[in-house]
Amino acid sequence: MTPRSLSLVALASVALIAIITTAAHVAAAPPETVIKVVAKRFDYTPGAIQLKKGVPVVIELTTQDVVMGFSAPDFGVRADILPEKVARVRIVPDKTGTFTFVCDIFCGAGHEEMEGTIVVSD
Amino acid sequence: MKPSFDRRDFLKFAGIGGLVFASGLGTRARAAGNDFYFVQLSDCHWGFEGPPNPDAKGTLPKAVAAVNALPEPPDFVVFTGDLTHITEDARERRRRLAEFKDIVSDLKVKDVRFMPGEHDASLDQGKAYRESFGDTHYTFDHKGVHFIVVDNVSDPRALIGDDQLQWLAADLAKQSPDADIVVFTHRPLFDLYPQWDWATRDGAKAIDLLVPHRNVTVFYGHIHQENHRMTDHIAHHSAKSLMFPLPAPGSQPKREPVPWDPAQPYRGLGFRNVEAEVAKNEFEITEFPVQKA
Repeated sequence: MTPRSLSLVALASVALIAIITTAAHVAAAPPETVIKVVAKRFDYTPGAIQLKKGVPVVIELTTQDVVMGFSAPDFGVRADILPEKVARVRIVPDKTGTFTFVCDIFCGAGHEEMEGTIVVSD
Repeated sequence: MKPSFDRRDFLKFAGIGGLVFASGLGTRARAAGNDFYFVQLSDCHWGFEGPPNPDAKGTLPKAVAAVNALPEPPDFVVFTGDLTHITEDARERRRRLAEFKDIVSDLKVKDVRFMPGEHDASLDQGKAYRESFGDTHYTFDHKGVHFIVVDNVSDPRALIGDDQLQWLAADLAKQSPDADIVVFTHRPLFDLYPQWDWATRDGAKAIDLLVPHRNVTVFYGHIHQENHRMTDHIAHHSAKSLMFPLPAPGSQPKREPVPWDPAQPYRGLGFRNVEAEVAKNEFEITEFPVQKA
């Protein structure tokens, strides 16, 4: 085997190890929890979302009627929720406590009462 | 940009309800003798009914009478949005806007400026409002001060929007860096407390456009209470409501009206005078109750 061939074999081996390692890591990583939240005038179901500090979640948002917003300023996320579409926000809670999320798109007479809470525990 | 309250920006308290602000007013464009004052009223929510204000139909007329009774008439009066309370019935919305307009027509001062709040405009993108009151964003000049009315409510997403921001940029391009500029708007342009939707989603873009100008002051409504903040050198002053007060930002879990106190009726409601004093380069803000105790 020539030196050039040896080098190619070595490179291929490294790449194979990297692929196997990555695949093993992907296989080992648990899928992120998905929490479905349904908005309708003028509330969210569920109205309280329970999370664990440091554990990432994806919140899937849908609306049963008009365009709504979902804004959780304490976690720096927001989304428009459009009829017949799924909106997603990802949250990695970095603090414990009870935090408000609100509809930030003026959706009707009860808009100002449309809110919920995110409760993060250790 | 983090809003701040810097005590150095506030020169002194000037008696009961009087507060003097050093920022926001230069002397470049205005000559001596050009002192003037205007009255700001906000968040009248005409059409609201409920325990937070047992005199819902009487409060606005009382405020109009109080303004008419001021010893010196103001140069003009401005209403910074939420003229009416939300209704999903378009006919009822028009009826409330018409009733509001009729009541405030009793003001002796005939130079009256309006802008919408989200209760007036967000459900129909300002259509009914414009039928009664005209444009939702505009400018005017008075005694050397350039006034800009910014609409951050007709888009229900609480956006000023790119078109209006371009209009704002074009208007500001015509103003010198030391021009005296006052912005009237409904929502806070900065993130006062987005957990209660007290923000304008693209308000930072408007502030960025205003920052190159040295003498800018913003007067707004929406939060039903006095609040005084700075972003850079720009002062932002919110006004009381004429229907019900709201709690201080984040002071309780829910944004609910402060209950009516029979022992102190109209507590937390009122309007303000804003006096531009050329000699002192400052605005003096004086708060007035709906009716004297």
